[in-house]
Amino acid sequence: MSEFTQLDTHQVDTAQVNAVSREIKSKQRFSNPLLRMLISAAVIIGLWQAVVVIFEMPSFILPSPFDVFERLIERHQVLLKHSWVTAQEIILGLLFGLTMGLFFALQMLLFKPVKRWLLPLLIASQAIPVFAIAPVLMLWLGYGISSKIVMAALIIFFPITTCCYDGLRNTPVGYLDLAKTMGATKWQMLRHIQFPAALPALASGIRVAVVIAPIGAVAGEWVGSSEGLGYLMLQANARMMIDEMFAALFILSALSITLYFVADKLLKKLIPWQT
Amino acid sequence: MDRSIISSVATLMSANTPLMSVNRQPVPALKSAVSIDIAGGYLRYHDSAEATIAGLNIRIPAGAWTCILGRSGCGKSSLLRYLANLLEDKVDWAGAVNTQPAFDSKDQIAYMAQQDLLMPWLSALDNVMLSTKFGVAASSTKKTHLLFDKAHALLQKVGLGDKANYLPQQLSGGMRQRVALARTLMQDKPIVLMDEPFSALDAVTRYRLQNLAYQLLQDKTVVLITHDPQEAIRLASRLYIMQGRPAYAESLSVPASVTPRNFDAECAELQQTIMDRLEQDYE
Repeated sequence: MSEFTQLDTHQVDTAQVNAVSREIKSKQRFSNPLLRMLISAAVIIGLWQAVVVIFEMPSFILPSPFDVFERLIERHQVLLKHSWVTAQEIILGLLFGLTMGLFFALQMLLFKPVKRWLLPLLIASQAIPVFAIAPVLMLWLGYGISSKIVMAALIIFFPITTCCYDGLRNTPVGYLDLAKTMGATKWQMLRHIQFPAALPALASGIRVAVVIAPIGAVAGEWVGSSEGLGYLMLQANARMMIDEMFAALFILSALSITLYFVADKLLKKLIPWQT
Repeated sequence: MDRSIISSVATLMSANTPLMSVNRQPVPALKSAVSIDIAGGYLRYHDSAEATIAGLNIRIPAGAWTCILGRSGCGKSSLLRYLANLLEDKVDWAGAVNTQPAFDSKDQIAYMAQQDLLMPWLSALDNVMLSTKFGVAASSTKKTHLLFDKAHALLQKVGLGDKANYLPQQLSGGMRQRVALARTLMQDKPIVLMDEPFSALDAVTRYRLQNLAYQLLQDKTVVLITHDPQEAIRLASRLYIMQGRPAYAESLSVPASVTPRNFDAECAELQQTIMDRLEQDYE
């Protein structure tokens, strides 16, 4: 009896070992991130096409991926023009929001009263949905690109500020002690110790910001604009050109994903010590 | 790279031979060496009702190693941090701290902690040069070249000349603490306060680093806080044990042999005495 059980466990063990080694092998095979992304894209497009075929979706509800692709090529000039506008809004919004976030985080660190007064305001500002401010921004800044830049900046301002502030505040005590025994002034401490030590935290704030900044830009375009991918989507929707809407959507996601990967690569290169 | 370390260790290990000790007797110019005298030291944290240290008398001779032993949490680190001016607004202090010659202790102290505290964003060389970025006389462009050479020379001294451009996370624990030692030397202060800097290292690495530090810090007044009796016995010219609550310090006599000592029967006996003393404090 006992021999039998032993044999049994032994078999299980080999099976497990085989499974693990298979897993490792498959992991190695798909180690290239680009390859993995292509495979996921292919699977999603396949499912999409399957849904269209199986449920006989009318093209004004869910166009087939091939229709969308066709439209993408056919209208590439228009799409490109509007993508450029949206990309500008996102990038400038990111830069603007980043600058403001850094500035406020530094102010809160350096001046205690600023922190006491500003932090509640900052949190309150997050309670108001950015979408609700959008019409006001249109009114003040016009239908052009600037209101969208401010929207994108507003939406990333909070994560950037809090991440940067947390990073600045949580410098390892040992670093500060060491700099203090070396006679560092407040400014030198900030410049040579606290700021570099906060960079990994700031980097995670930037990663979040890069993903959500497009939301601000597109929402701004929806509320009122005459160009940009958000504008194009609304127009296409009104004219029942659903395939064009999906083409715009496709470009928007491609834009966001590219932006994220570029930012990620860049941050890893600039801050090689982050964990 | 390791050859220089090994040879320096070998030199130090043979340091107990009479020839070497004769060689060592003429102490290098003591113009910078400083002694510290603490009398009736009393230290209490603002947020605590009880004093951490009371009735503390310690004499720290110039240009030698003073080791302070004690169990963890006995207040030895607090004492060191107070001397390093890191507790200015956190504690009440009473008692006299006299230095000979008199000076403003702020500018005369280098501090080495248990963690190597290397900045992960700076290369080994830049970490060594960290202190040059601070203070009123933060490096003017004219002097940077000289400082750079000095830092390089120090890295070579600790056996890491070829690792100057490595980031700290690419170095082993022993190497990192050697960079920290070079950084301390770069500051070139007469007093070096050490808070268990070797305690996180394995036995052999620790042994080698003790020897290296001893060799390189010869003309300095060193205060080493440790909970390792062996370390204290090997290095101490003067040995104190801190115990009680609030803590006071008691002087123990050390063997007459030249530091860093090879462990002999006398050392073993002293270690037993220390262990007995320390054990009392745990009850």
